Amino acid sequence: MIALLTQAINLFAAMLLILAFAMITQRRILNLVHLFTAQGLTLVAATLDVGYLTAQHQMYLSAAAAFALKVVVLPFLLHRLTDRLQVRFDVEPLWNTPVTMLVGILLVVFAFNLASPIAALSASIARATLGIALASVLLSFMMMITRAKAVPQVIGFLSMENSLFFAATAATNGMPMLVELGIALDALMAFLIGGVFMFQIREQFDSLDIRHLERLREE
Amino acid sequence: MLVSPYAFLAQLLQFLVALAAAPLLTGWINQWRAWLQNKTAPSLLQPYYVLHKLFQKEAVAAESASMLFRATPYIVFGCMASACGIVPALSTDLPLAPVADAIALVGLFALARVFISLAAMDVGTAFGTLGARREMLIGFLAEPALLMALFSASLITNSTSLTAIVNKMAHSQFQLYPSMAFAGVAFTIVSLAENARVPVDNPATHLELTMVHEALILEYSARHLALLEWASSLKLFAYSCIGLALFFPYGVAQADAPQAMLISLPALLLKLAVGGFALALIETVSAKLRIFRVPEFLAVAFVLAVIGLLVHGLLGA
Repeated sequence: MIALLTQAINLFAAMLLILAFAMITQRRILNLVHLFTAQGLTLVAATLDVGYLTAQHQMYLSAAAAFALKVVVLPFLLHRLTDRLQVRFDVEPLWNTPVTMLVGILLVVFAFNLASPIAALSASIARATLGIALASVLLSFMMMITRAKAVPQVIGFLSMENSLFFAATAATNGMPMLVELGIALDALMAFLIGGVFMFQIREQFDSLDIRHLERLREE
Repeated sequence: MLVSPYAFLAQLLQFLVALAAAPLLTGWINQWRAWLQNKTAPSLLQPYYVLHKLFQKEAVAAESASMLFRATPYIVFGCMASACGIVPALSTDLPLAPVADAIALVGLFALARVFISLAAMDVGTAFGTLGARREMLIGFLAEPALLMALFSASLITNSTSLTAIVNKMAHSQFQLYPSMAFAGVAFTIVSLAENARVPVDNPATHLELTMVHEALILEYSARHLALLEWASSLKLFAYSCIGLALFFPYGVAQADAPQAMLISLPALLLKLAVGGFALALIETVSAKLRIFRVPEFLAVAFVLAVIGLLVHGLLGA
């Protein structure tokens, strides 16, 4: 049973990576929100698993906080946001998915190589998954770069925070509670500010395409 | 090497089960598809009626058809039947299994694809050529992804032979392999594409703009068509068995326990029934892709399979 749970951490890590790739290729905003919720659930399961294996009970608390924030509150807010912006069923044209995917492979190779010496120094039971967590961070980052619309960018940002959370769990068996809460609140604030920002962008340009922001206007 | 009578029996039984049960699997999937779409389902035995009807008819071929056109149905049927004989579905003690490992199996599917595409172009109609081109487009993208998915299993078991993979996976201590999660998603995508299933091709229509598999066999009639239809059922059966062998190899009989075949046959039928239902479900909930989106869909499969290999390297499991 213990052996199986130890392997389950690796499986959850793999699922996070699959979800990160799914987000890169997903065009529909509604599906992106669903994928983000699934990512949150995987994260909660992984945290609970690590907490049980290392008998660290504060991990349960952090899993509960992650569940409340990442599976309930943020998806709810995202649903409301997409409703109010009326972009719920929007389909975003993507730039050349196969190339993005191949760049994704390179990122994964880079992250795996980068993480292996760091993981060797760690004493955590989930240290092998540090590379996967780092790869997910980079993939979410790439998603933020390649997307033109504001809502997918915000989802990319939130999914990056999810991956960071998992990286912390993998490397050190969880950050101190205070740091964790701080980051979670930061993400929430960023999301709220991002929401206000999106309404502003739409009012100015009648579109959520942030490429409009790159043009300078002389007035 | 002396072949034991049990092994011979297992091989024979597997051929017979594949030939007999492949149309049944197709019928089962069609039935569930109809039910899930709120339609009246055709009989479970409908594929057999169709085969029976087609075998009764007189075969007609175009005047410009060459020998290749006439020979192709037999070649394709032979390829698919031998593929079904190689994949360990009932027992791992198959005398024919050492003949071909996973790579040769992929080659066997490729051989059938090349012949059916050549035959479709042979008559010179526009639809045949169009179907052949699309089939090759899908094939050349699906093949590397399929190989990578198979290699994920090979890395774990250190063998490309399917029987060795099943032996190792089913009969060593149960372990979760993260790389197999990637390979599983990739394999599902590839099987949908290779078997002309909904996100890539719709097996139930003859719509000119979208058909791939139906365009290839448009010129065939009677016994030739029957053989090709049977071959595509066999292909679906073979792919299902490969998937089961890689991801759910439990219940397959081993060389030293021939009596386990009594369990392995019902186990196989049960697994196929569940798999067929899952396929019908996927086909019902997904919309057909534009043909130019298919490369993207298959690129996802390839990337996931490669990541599976990398994850195996990282985690060592």
